[in-house]
Amino acid sequence: MHKFLIRSFVSSLVLLFTLTVAAVAKDVKAAFVYIGPTGDHGWTYQHDVGRKAVEAAGFKTTYVEGVPESADAERVLRQLANSGHDVIFTTSFGYMNPTNKVAKEFPNVKFEHATGYKREHPNVSTYAARFYEGRTILGTIAGTMTKSNVIGYVASFPIPEVIRGINSFTLAAQKVNPNIKTKIVWAFTWYDPGKEAEAAKALIDQGADVIAQHTDSTAIVQMAEKAGVYAFGQASDMDKFAPKAVLTSVENNWGPYYVDRVKAVANGTWSQKDTWHGIGDGMVVISDLDSQMPADLRSKVKKLQADLASGKVHSFTGPIYDQKGNLMVAEGKTADDGMLAGMMTYVKGVEGDIPK
Amino acid sequence: MIIDINFIGLIIASIMASAVPLILASCGELITERSGVLNLGVEGMMIIGAISGFALMTVTGSLIIAIFGAMLAGVLISTIFAFLTQTLITNHVATGLALTIFGIGISAMIGKNFVGIPGKEFPVLFEGLKDTIPLFGPILFGHSIVFYFAFALPFITSYFLKKTKIGLIVRAVGDSPESASNQGINVKLVRYASILYGGAMSGLAGAYLSMIYTPQWIENMTGGRGWIALALVVFSTWNPIKILIGAMIFGGLTIIQFHMQAIGVRIPVQFLTALPYIVTIIVLVVISRDSRKIRLSTPSSLGKSFHKDN
Repeated sequence: MHKFLIRSFVSSLVLLFTLTVAAVAKDVKAAFVYIGPTGDHGWTYQHDVGRKAVEAAGFKTTYVEGVPESADAERVLRQLANSGHDVIFTTSFGYMNPTNKVAKEFPNVKFEHATGYKREHPNVSTYAARFYEGRTILGTIAGTMTKSNVIGYVASFPIPEVIRGINSFTLAAQKVNPNIKTKIVWAFTWYDPGKEAEAAKALIDQGADVIAQHTDSTAIVQMAEKAGVYAFGQASDMDKFAPKAVLTSVENNWGPYYVDRVKAVANGTWSQKDTWHGIGDGMVVISDLDSQMPADLRSKVKKLQADLASGKVHSFTGPIYDQKGNLMVAEGKTADDGMLAGMMTYVKGVEGDIPK
Repeated sequence: MIIDINFIGLIIASIMASAVPLILASCGELITERSGVLNLGVEGMMIIGAISGFALMTVTGSLIIAIFGAMLAGVLISTIFAFLTQTLITNHVATGLALTIFGIGISAMIGKNFVGIPGKEFPVLFEGLKDTIPLFGPILFGHSIVFYFAFALPFITSYFLKKTKIGLIVRAVGDSPESASNQGINVKLVRYASILYGGAMSGLAGAYLSMIYTPQWIENMTGGRGWIALALVVFSTWNPIKILIGAMIFGGLTIIQFHMQAIGVRIPVQFLTALPYIVTIIVLVVISRDSRKIRLSTPSSLGKSFHKDN
């Protein structure tokens, strides 16, 4: 009887302790600041999928959507930091300065800024994904699948992220098919289904039979489906929007990183980091390959995917020349992260000029 | 790039398809404005139409229910506007702006569960005839019923305003509600009806976007087209046929600039992107040089509230 009492006492203590620890750990609150609406089915939507993963891991989360990249952002950040959030994810490039500014005022709150490079205070980390690795795969597929040798590319804004994607895509396409031409149309929007569809239609009317996109909506793959040409999904798996047109999609997968970082805050192991993850770390995910692609292409792509993941293959392996024929990356070398982060010149084979 | 005749046909067909929502919403707003009511809520009514059409299509699976449901949703939301401005005599501009903000907000709320669902294919007419006539084949055939309706609408609207009794009544109410009232016309009723009609057409324009043009729902998908439709009404000096021309110019410049980019014309892209807006401003300036004409065609009591007791 005595033993039983002691046992139950000890076990209830243990239970109580576990509960308390769990409660303390789970008490961490994470906040997310979004540039667009969570209903965009693109950039913000994918970040919100990541937030839901954090929620599923047992943490409390809040989000604020449609926050302009201006003084408004600072106000929102300050409010979130003031209202008991332990870690705040700011998910757009333009939040870089507001994030650093507010981080200085709240040294006990951790800040995680997506796609930026400024870490002015020890409580600011940055993270981004190597989407260009995904575009190497898309380029390989596009170069193989095109019959007209004209590949259309709907771009958003002339920033390094987009230029890097165009270059990586074109280099890969040329490697499998030296005759291809990449035609680029700048939509000057991330997100306007009507405009994106019109841009895609213009490219298709001009002979492009594979369309790549660096804008967010599903309008482009739907237009490709209607016109009977191939396309690739952006940010999320867009196959169900255009089952015949979509050969594969490059998915943004933020969930694992978010869960990891929030857990680190909970355990007290969070420290400043600059993360740039690609296919290897699962931040960039390639969706299922469509069965319209020949079997040998599919196995080639699978191998490329594995090689990119292991680091055996790099998207920017020399020799790479710019449009004027100047050497950018020497033979046998690969572009370093500094060069990639600031890439603002087209490689040889891309048509046209970068809008200034 | 060889410019063949069918290629031109394809471009014109794309331009016409992009003009459809603008024509629908503008023709609806034109009737509203002709009755003397300025409803700045077009964008809000359009987005409500877009989500209603898409949601009904997804839930019921019926395109007909979805199209008419979207128009009904436009009518319902414009009823709020009509009640506020006509019965409670609120300011048109402020109420219209509120309607837009309300529409965008509520559509996002309803739409949360409809993001990421592909739309259904909308049937097109005369698809088989597309290749039978060069140039005109792609222009005339292979479009949805809404497309044909939109291109008939300016002519119907023009006929309605000029040749029918009800059309004359609408214009009379817009030009001088006092005189119309003295003639025994129920000004409020006419204005209510004109507002609701405008709502129905905006709802249809939104449904065209979410069900036919880019069959999907995402927040804010109208992307400011409601505002362009509003501008087109002024641009047209309240003439429905000119709405047709304005909508084609506006839609056309966007599409042509994409083609110029793809061909590789060496003009700064930013300039090309701004071109539709620049041309709109130029046309507005040219039109408003003739102030007498503007005064003649503007509904005289546009945006003014009407109290019967005055």
